[in-house]
Amino acid sequence: MTNPTPGANAAPAVEPAATAWASSEVLDLAEKTPASPGRRMVRRFLKNRLAVIGLLGLIAIILLAVFAAEVQRFPYEQMDLRASKSPPSSEHWLGTDRIGRDIWSRTIHGGRVSLAVAGSATLLSTVIGLTLGSLAGYYGGWVDMVIMRFTDVVMTLPAIVIMITIATFLPRTLTTLVIVIGGLSWPGTVRLVRGQFLSFREQEFVTAARCIGTPNWRIITIHILPNVIAPMVAMVSFTVGNAILTEAGLSFLGLGVAPPTPSWGNMLEAARNLEILQQLPWMWIPPAILTVLTVLFVNMVGDGLRDAADPRMVM
Amino acid sequence: MLKYLARRLLASIPVLIAVTIIIFTLVELAPGDVADRYINPEISYSEEALQAIRERFGLDQPAPVRYIKWATNALQGEMGRSYISGEPVLTMIGRRLGNSLLLMSTAMAFGVLVGVALGVFVGLRQYSFWDVSLTTLSFVGISLPAFISGILALYLFTIHWRIFPSGGMRSVHTAPSVGDTVYHLILPAGILSLGYIATFMRYTRFSMLEVINSDYVRTATAKGLKRRTVIWRHTVPNALLPVITMIGLSVPNLVVGAVFIETIFSWPGMGTLYLDAVGGRDVPLIMGMNTVIALVVLGANLLTDLAYGLVDPRIRYD
Repeated sequence: MTNPTPGANAAPAVEPAATAWASSEVLDLAEKTPASPGRRMVRRFLKNRLAVIGLLGLIAIILLAVFAAEVQRFPYEQMDLRASKSPPSSEHWLGTDRIGRDIWSRTIHGGRVSLAVAGSATLLSTVIGLTLGSLAGYYGGWVDMVIMRFTDVVMTLPAIVIMITIATFLPRTLTTLVIVIGGLSWPGTVRLVRGQFLSFREQEFVTAARCIGTPNWRIITIHILPNVIAPMVAMVSFTVGNAILTEAGLSFLGLGVAPPTPSWGNMLEAARNLEILQQLPWMWIPPAILTVLTVLFVNMVGDGLRDAADPRMVM
Repeated sequence: MLKYLARRLLASIPVLIAVTIIIFTLVELAPGDVADRYINPEISYSEEALQAIRERFGLDQPAPVRYIKWATNALQGEMGRSYISGEPVLTMIGRRLGNSLLLMSTAMAFGVLVGVALGVFVGLRQYSFWDVSLTTLSFVGISLPAFISGILALYLFTIHWRIFPSGGMRSVHTAPSVGDTVYHLILPAGILSLGYIATFMRYTRFSMLEVINSDYVRTATAKGLKRRTVIWRHTVPNALLPVITMIGLSVPNLVVGAVFIETIFSWPGMGTLYLDAVGGRDVPLIMGMNTVIALVVLGANLLTDLAYGLVDPRIRYD
């Protein structure tokens, strides 16, 4: 039987981290100067083993993508028809595709494209979400009503349906992809930020700021927004994870990054061809593994960040 | 209660109108129209001929007029005919909807049952070996997109081990039978259920832990109730309440279908129909499908809220 101990539900998902959290709280109390909330968050995060593994893995993948041009063995677009369809070897670490392009180079360059799209889309979605959410939460009234009704409308159709529709009609460029993914991933952020603003705007420090005549935009950006950062951090990492999956998904359907530019999604699309699926597994297994690993790492980091930001939440 | 129902129904009308206008505008802004599809590259078409095609589909009228026309017809249950196949849109949707329902409801039912059961199981054993391993596995589950697990399953079970068919809903050479359809259903539905298992396990576990640590459960234990009674009468029913919301949120997937799995396993469902509709600029079909989907989403949201009120008497509608 599980003993309902106090704080048991306040712990992150895994045991070592849970005890670590409890002891870090004790440490905090023992210290003479209380650590800042940000510091405490960092410390709690670093004690969560899964989260740290995720962070290290993610850093490794990002480094690989950033230095793709330095780590590559061949230019990713270079064809070598004499070496086409060759299995992994010391020459071509991950083999080659049907026109002899090096899969290792294409995978790391593909990561560059996938991560860049996911990052930019997340930035766009976060900016939209923060703006709409803080306006709705801070001003309330008709501003809130208009923004939230609009959010309801966007949320009514599953995002993938609208994304497929728009992605089919627009030219297949990276910009299109960023706009489609980022432009439709913000409703969750709006709800989160609005909720935070609703509770903060009633607090004394906001009333105080208002009393001394601080303009609204200053209250929003300088006084309330910093308080929203902690819960936002986890939200942002889940948005990144979803954006990576969406890019891969749309590219898989042939609606994303256009060849010959490699992305993990359009490298996976190759597996829709039965010959490639069957006889050239080295063409689709590397991007598949990297996509799943990246999203897994991002989710692990996100989970750790959420636990670190608010220890009362478990999920 | 009736008042609440009426208000919710009224509130969904503007949402529905907005959704259809947005989709219509999107299709309208898109370059190209259905006339492009009729162009045979070997014959050069005069602009007049193309104009004739557009006139035939009423495309020569301005967009707002066409939207109003579409909306008046739709209100009377007349969703028009597909530009491409000429069939009534509702017939086409009806044919595919059943297939998607079969696939998605099997996957969802299995995934929700297993996921909730596992969630209750590990929720009662927090930090045990089972909890840590299943929770970690569920992490992989939510990070594994259907198009990757689908490809992997196709590679392993169809090409490598040849246990399951590669796709479609029935074998070509044999007479259609229930057994044959089930045989074709297992792989795609199984893959789809993985995501549901992971999501629902995590969610149920979280909810279980919250309830286990609540005061009334502690009271129940403290007053000497049997462990079984505490778990099955006081903990589990309350822990399952929020799961209803999750199920409600997943209901729209039943009609949206699974674009990726349907594509990989050539399952003739709503997902692939929508891809075809968008690819062919088949405006009536696109509009029809989005309207159906939006109706189901709005209906599912409403039903979820109502169901919540039925099982949780603390919630009141007024």
